Amino acid sequence: MGRVEGKVAFVTGAARGQGRSHALRLAQEGADIIAIDLTGQIDSVPYAMSQPSDLEETVRQIEALDRRIVATKADVRDFDQVKAAVDDGVAQLGRLDIVSANAGIFSFGSLADLEEQVFRDMIDVNLTGVWHAAKAAIPHIRAGGRGGSIVLTSSTAGLEGMENIGHYVAAKHGVVGLMRTLAIELAPDMIRVNSVHPTSVNTDMIQNSATYALFAPDLPEAERTKETLGARFGALNKLPIPWVEPVDISNAVLWLASDEARYVTGVTLPVDAGEQL
Amino acid sequence: MGRVEGKVAFITGAARGQGRSHAIRLAQEGADIIAVDLLEAIPGAPYAAATQEDLDETVRQVEALDRRIVASKADVRDYEGLKKALDDGVAELGRLDIVSANAGISTQMAPTDELTEDMWQNMIDTNLTGVWHTAKAAIPHLKAGGRGGAIILTSSEAGIKGYANIAHYVSAKHGVVGLMRTLAIELAPDMIRVNSIHPTQVDTDMIMNEATYRLFAPNLENPTREDFAPASQATNTLPIPWVEAVDISNAVLFLASDEARYVTGVPLPVDAGCFLK
Repeated sequence: MGRVEGKVAFVTGAARGQGRSHALRLAQEGADIIAIDLTGQIDSVPYAMSQPSDLEETVRQIEALDRRIVATKADVRDFDQVKAAVDDGVAQLGRLDIVSANAGIFSFGSLADLEEQVFRDMIDVNLTGVWHAAKAAIPHIRAGGRGGSIVLTSSTAGLEGMENIGHYVAAKHGVVGLMRTLAIELAPDMIRVNSVHPTSVNTDMIQNSATYALFAPDLPEAERTKETLGARFGALNKLPIPWVEPVDISNAVLWLASDEARYVTGVTLPVDAGEQL
Repeated sequence: MGRVEGKVAFITGAARGQGRSHAIRLAQEGADIIAVDLLEAIPGAPYAAATQEDLDETVRQVEALDRRIVASKADVRDYEGLKKALDDGVAELGRLDIVSANAGISTQMAPTDELTEDMWQNMIDTNLTGVWHTAKAAIPHLKAGGRGGAIILTSSEAGIKGYANIAHYVSAKHGVVGLMRTLAIELAPDMIRVNSIHPTQVDTDMIMNEATYRLFAPNLENPTREDFAPASQATNTLPIPWVEAVDISNAVLFLASDEARYVTGVPLPVDAGCFLK
């Protein structure tokens, strides 16, 4: 018996990276999946975002586990798109129990210099998009009358300031405020709301030349390899590792989503190799 | 394959309540157990002490799961006695991977200026110094294994919030957080993770007694469990009066398992949203 057997989970940003990993881990433990992803580029994001083929690969891997998945191209910045995708997914899969509001972007610049659009895109995706995911899901979870679990992906940047990513820090702190308020509002329905706070995760969002330049501006571009950057990322952590893997975040999402955490709500859970210390 | 298969866990306060529950839950997932308990009354404790029969019952239940257990009477206030119990257990079971520093007491309550020297000292000795002793005795064995490990300290909601009339308990449980954060830094190079758990009220003998009923319902002459329930529920955000011991055990299990391999330095509430209030 899987740890989320028979439940349905809605995962945003599910085409690749952490989102795909969450979908797979939950499906391994018995959940069916409603997946959305932008599968397209946002101009202010300095690395290649997901493609439709990435979302197709997530579908293939879930179906290989004999679980069902309803996958849709949708933009978390557009509430109507998110709502339509969730409504359609619930219509096909019959219920909703778990939400992983995972979709997020990364970009850089000091707050003194950030361009208006770079700031706005960040808040629109990483904060407003999280609200949209929760707002679209809440009626379905309530309708089930069985309670539920919403897991918001924040960051260590949701718990502390970090230079050159002030817009990201502001959005991820905002997610904590959203989580704490949702946890209070939804408690009467036994719907739990928590946030996870990863340190650097080994995905395309950090493994790209733009992020490497942020972490190693002193190195010539030719020397910005995964190995040299590993030492830079690792310096953030207390455990002697450069970054964590997507599955480490998925395991935290799984625990929070499962009935083992039936009385855990309003919690900020770092998965950060001791970065907060 | 259990989630802590083949590992050995050391649990203090294992005769009953949360400690017994942790032993059973970890054994269900494949761990062998080293169990200690005081089995004596702490002066002024407003409830009956655990007995040899209680510890025998823990042994019986772990053995019924076909796991091994080495159980002995030991006092966490006495480092030498505690060390001997653990050393004997490791000699018999061959290794040590997980520590649950669970042993704790509740005592008579009073405004801070009316706490007696004995009330204060008994509390600090058991609920703070006892936790340090537990970690200190375990660290050499964890390091000797060379496989990393997980130490879980049982703090309390009172480790992250103040409560009137139990300053000694609040101080000890806050102290546990300081101990956790420092141990997490010191032991990170050895991949030994250290986290704390912060339960709201748990349905065990330690709180199901008249002293706790009075703390929560001070205006009633002879408060009962039934009077305690709504007052206890009022501290939580989820509409439940208290959590069960197994809910804390499931958090211990998650933190002890490799699913949390990069989670360290985290104070994890299992508190039905108590922290939100």
